[in-house]
Order: sequence, then structure tokens, then C-alpha cells
Amino acid sequence: MRPGHRTSFVCILLLAVALVLGPWLSPWEQEHIDYDALDTPPSLTHWFGTDGSGRDLLVRTMAGGQVSLTIALLATFVSFAIGLPWGVIAGYAGGRVDQVMMRIVDGLYGLPFIFLVILLVVFFGRNPYLLFIAIGAVSWLDLARIVRGQTLVVKNAMYIEAARALGVPAPWIVTRHVVPNIMGPALVYATLTIPGVIIAESFISFLGLGIQEPRTSWGVLIADGATRLHAPWQLIFPATFLSVTLLVLNVAGDQLRDAINPQEQGLRL
Amino acid sequence: MARFIFRRLVLAVVTLWLVISAAFFLIRAAPGGPFDGERRLPPAIEKNLLASYHLDEPLLAQYWRYLRMVTRGDLGPSFKQKDFTVNELIAAGLPISLGIGITAFLFALLVGTSIGTFAALQHNTFQDRFLSGLATLGLAFPPLIVGPVLVLVFAVGLAWFPAGGHASVKHYVLPTIALSLPYIAAFARLSRVGCLEALDLPHVTTARSKGLSRRRLVFHHVLPSAFVPVLSYSGPAAAALLAGSMVVEEVFSLPGLGRYFVQGAINRDYTLVMGTVLVYAVLVLALNLLVDFLYGQLDPRVRSEMVASSD
Repeated sequence: MRPGHRTSFVCILLLAVALVLGPWLSPWEQEHIDYDALDTPPSLTHWFGTDGSGRDLLVRTMAGGQVSLTIALLATFVSFAIGLPWGVIAGYAGGRVDQVMMRIVDGLYGLPFIFLVILLVVFFGRNPYLLFIAIGAVSWLDLARIVRGQTLVVKNAMYIEAARALGVPAPWIVTRHVVPNIMGPALVYATLTIPGVIIAESFISFLGLGIQEPRTSWGVLIADGATRLHAPWQLIFPATFLSVTLLVLNVAGDQLRDAINPQEQGLRL
Repeated sequence: MARFIFRRLVLAVVTLWLVISAAFFLIRAAPGGPFDGERRLPPAIEKNLLASYHLDEPLLAQYWRYLRMVTRGDLGPSFKQKDFTVNELIAAGLPISLGIGITAFLFALLVGTSIGTFAALQHNTFQDRFLSGLATLGLAFPPLIVGPVLVLVFAVGLAWFPAGGHASVKHYVLPTIALSLPYIAAFARLSRVGCLEALDLPHVTTARSKGLSRRRLVFHHVLPSAFVPVLSYSGPAAAALLAGSMVVEEVFSLPGLGRYFVQGAINRDYTLVMGTVLVYAVLVLALNLLVDFLYGQLDPRVRSEMVASSD
């Protein structure tokens, strides 16, 4: 890891620590209402100010970040759980199976998925946390393509040929030899889906369809802030946190991708 | 070629039917209904209401009724906006959504690819690094952040532009910028990589060694190859742009399709939800067809594949 690369990972770590420790260290509770401080700008008592109901914005921003990132990680896990087997099976089986499976991925690519995600969220009704299933269920397409490509490369390696010659059954070859060898790139590309998934969550919560009060997420906080522009800190703080998170995740993702594709290094930045 | 297009059209119709069916059963399975309000309706009235909208029939019968209606081009009456049919609401909302969507898309395409191409031609200089850094930064600003911040700065703070509404061209400036920013960044990155790869292609080297002018080299030899990744991202980008327009319409109170869809989903206005999903799906599918067609124009290998596959 080059020194320049360390910065973005340190940023991610700092962010995670802040999100976890922030609410814990702060004297304020997430849902505590400070009647003496409704809509107050940032001060020494409330570092990020308070919202319209007098709740401490620092604590709510951190708690919202925890929700956003948790949903994002779970959604990425769901997309990984679908995309990895899909790509491996298509790549290893080859021929007609491969063609049909990848045609399906191509077809799904062009669909206005966000509408089905929203309908799924509406369908889940009272349990907004299931949001991650809906988001994950539509974010696995890129991963399936990458995994298929990697599988095609690994498939022709000597050790696979040797295993096949020894009469090892296909499911065993796939789970014991193919999957472990493509795991690295697969994990890298899975991390690349995290920013998109974070945007999807905040987008749905912003529209009032995801996380509901009194629970909060960055999307909810930005939506609230957007309607209370007389108190701009209510928009600025959550928006800054979301942007910084997306930025460091994008940069870290690019660096990871360059690390596993040295020949493409410098092509991307 | 004609057979290729015909096959793609058939595929598009099948996809459309799948989307409609998924949307129909999902919204029907969601808890609550269009006539659940604060107060419960008297049973007799509720029964009449359900009967007048055919909601008392078995679900499959309603599904067939809806499909038959759609093939006639009738999207039904809105359940919540009682004096309007869904066709009327879409006719009112579509121009607004399409207006900001198309403008934002073209704006992003033009600005993004210009930045990307410019950066690639100055590879590894300060300008290149600066623009690439800017593009990475741009990806971190989705419309739901840029929209409210633009309102805060340019409408509330500086009062240069109105904060909402759709009365004049001025009303569309901020929504378009908010919608296009992340796509400018994405197009810039893609076209930069595409250009750098194209600059190393054998035919470009040949053209350069023949002493072609820089302008001719870039416009006739580099850009057509460089645009392939840009084009293949255009389909998904357009779909994402439509989604982004929901947020932008919400922030700038534009009565477009996106708002109707979100309101419909919240209110369980079944026909309105179905209608908007249908229109969005048609738009996206049409765009993908167009992209596939343009592919062939840019890349002769794809064109020969199209001809081959139609035999």
C-alpha cells in the first residue's frame, strides 16, 4: 500500500470511529428534546446546533450515519450473495447457460430499477430496515459481470485442469478452487458498490419512503434540512458527512481497483 | 438490420409486460389501500367505491382488465386526484420531467465528455490531474445534496434564481444543474479513460505517423473509439437520471412524473403508480434501443454482428 493510499483508508476508519463513538461520548440523547434550544445554530452546548424540535444535530447526524452505513453494508452483502454465485456459475458453465444468464443481466441493466425498489419498500411497509434487501436485490449486476470475467480467466488455469483430470466433481472445483481464487477481485468490486448503495438508501429515505421518524438516516436529515433553510446548519452538516463519505469511499475504491489492475493504473484517477 | 430491430422491439415489449406485472402485484400486495383514510368510510360507501373502481373483483381479473385497458392506451382514472385520469396527469407531468431530464443529460454529456477528452489529451499534466480530481469529487455530490444546497446558496442566499416552480426558463436552471452534476463527473471519467485507450490504438498511431492534423486525428480517429464506453454508460445513466429527477422535482416543487409516482406510491393510488412506472419503463427501453442502434454507428464490429444475427 502506497503512502497516498493510506490517507483514504485512515479517513474511512476515522469516520467509522466518529459515527460509533460520537453519540456515545456526547451528553445528549438521540431523541432528547431540549426545549430551551429549538432551531439553535452551532454552539458549545450543541456543536452542530439543534433541529426544529430541539434535538442535538451532532448526535442525530452520527446516529443517522450509523443507519445509512449499516443498511449500505447489508445491501452490499445481499448483492454479493447474488452476484458472486451468478457470475461464477455463468462463467464456469459457459456455453448456453452462460449466454442466457448474461443476457438476463444485460436485460436487467436497462430497467428503471429504482421504481421497483420503491415499490418493494412500499411492499415491506412498516419495516423500513428491509430496505437493504430491496437495494441489494438490484445492485448485483456489475458484480456478476466482473465475477464472470474473473471466472473465465481462472477456469483455464493449470490447477483447474489438473483437478478436472483427477475427476474432481464440478461443484467441488467451483467452491474449493474457483471461488477462493476470484475472491480478492470480487471483494474489491463489492466495495465499489458501497457508494451507490449509500446513495440509493439516502435517496429513498429523502423521498420519505425509507427510514421513518423518530429513527433517522442521512437521507432523512437532508430532507428535513432542505425544508428548513432558515436554519442552514440542519442541511449543511448531514450533507457534508454524506459527501465526504461518498468521496473517501470512491477514492478508496479506485485505489483498490488500480491495485488489482496495475496495467490500468494511471488510466483512472 | 430490420430483423435485428424487430427482435429488439419484441424483447422490449416482453420486458415492458414483465415490469408492468411486477409493479402491479407489488403495489397490490403492499399494506393499505387507496381509500384508507384517517376516518373509516361507512361500509356501504366503501363497498360502492370499491365496486365502481372494480377493486372488488379477484386480483387476476383486475390484472387482465388493466392489461386490456393499457393496450387501448387508457391508463384509468386516478384514485386520489378524483377529477383527473392518469392520462391527463401524465400529459401534464411528462413535459416537465422530460424537459429537465433531456437538458440535464445533454448538458452532462457535452460538458463531461469535453472535460474528459481535454484531460486525456493533456495526460499526466497538472490540468489532467486537476480535472480528474474534480471529476472524482463530483461523484460525491448526488442531486439530493446538490439540489438543496443550490437552493440555499442561489435562491435563499443570493436570490439569483427562484427556489421552486416552473413558470419560466429561469426556474429550470438550478434543477438541471443539480441533476446533471454527478453525470458530468461520470461522463468525464469514462471519456478520459476511453480517450487514453484510443490514443494507443494501432489505427491512431498510423494516422498520427501519416502526419494528420491534431484536430482531424482527435475528431475522426480518437473520439469515435473513445465514445464506446461513454455510450454504453448512457443507458444506465439515463435510467439513473430519471430516478434523480424524482428528488429534483421534490426539492424544486416541480409537478413532474417523479412526484406523481412518489405520491402515488405513498397514497396507494394504484393506477397513478402503474401509469408512471409504465411511462418511465417505455422511456428507458426506447433509450436503450437507441443506444444499441448508435453503437452500430460507432463500432463497425457491432454493426456486422447485427447483420449477422438477423440471418
